[in-house]
Amino acid sequence: MTSVGIAPVELERPEAESVTAPDTPWITIVWNDPVNLMSYVTYVFMTYFGYPKEKAQKLMNDVHTQGRAVVSSGTREEMERDVTAMHSYGLWATLQKDD
Amino acid sequence: MGAHGFRRTARHRIVLRADEIERGIVRELVGQLVELVTPDEHPFGHDPDPLAAMVGIDPFAERSDDPALRRLFPDAYADDEDAAAEFRRFTERSLRDTKLAHARTVLDSIDRAGTKIVLTDGEAAAWLGTLNDLRLTLASRIGLDEDNHEAFHQLPASHPAFALFHLYDWFTFLQETLVNALTGLRSELPAPED
Repeated sequence: MTSVGIAPVELERPEAESVTAPDTPWITIVWNDPVNLMSYVTYVFMTYFGYPKEKAQKLMNDVHTQGRAVVSSGTREEMERDVTAMHSYGLWATLQKDD
Repeated sequence: MGAHGFRRTARHRIVLRADEIERGIVRELVGQLVELVTPDEHPFGHDPDPLAAMVGIDPFAERSDDPALRRLFPDAYADDEDAAAEFRRFTERSLRDTKLAHARTVLDSIDRAGTKIVLTDGEAAAWLGTLNDLRLTLASRIGLDEDNHEAFHQLPASHPAFALFHLYDWFTFLQETLVNALTGLRSELPAPED
């Protein structure tokens, strides 16, 4: 039977594409660049993430010496927010699935 | 010569002393930044979808060919071009607006001031962002990287990059002193170590 009207039709819902756990954490990575000042990067980590000075400095140091640091983790939406914020401060940041 | 950069006054204001020439330079460069960051006119004259524009969606936003713009608005996904492109359409417009708002705050604070530029902490934060955007842009224009900073210091005054590099250096100094002025207050609570 085919229905062309607008009456509600029992639709067969596709099986939820489960598999990938929805809570797989995503991460925000800040990358080293030759321009951003160490003091400024620390300031951004303290101001935006509310990290204590020690943690902010350690992350800044990781960025500087290892070329990158994971600065936050959470849902994809949260990480997109964090990456946007980092870009608004002029830091070079990306997000990706943590695997 | 603004040789002391920004400082925090006893009354907790952030202050920069800059003569007319220095204020003119900042105004000129920030004006150029505004031009660079202002979104291009859309193909249909104006925004085809005002509602989309209102919530910051720009269906035409795409990665720029200009290295400076690519640095100001980087890809959010390193290994997924489609996701990066979609993210850009949803966020780049408001990111541009944020940077433009910072730049306008800087221009306003200069226009209302004389030699002594007095800022609230909120305005100082806008200055920080704009100084950083200017440094990113200048560095990208002259090709500054981790390894050639010293070489730039040795440039003769006749070199075409000389003036831009020294502007970059001056903005670096201003930004550094501004970060210190802003964070100095905070680090007074625990024992300051720097």
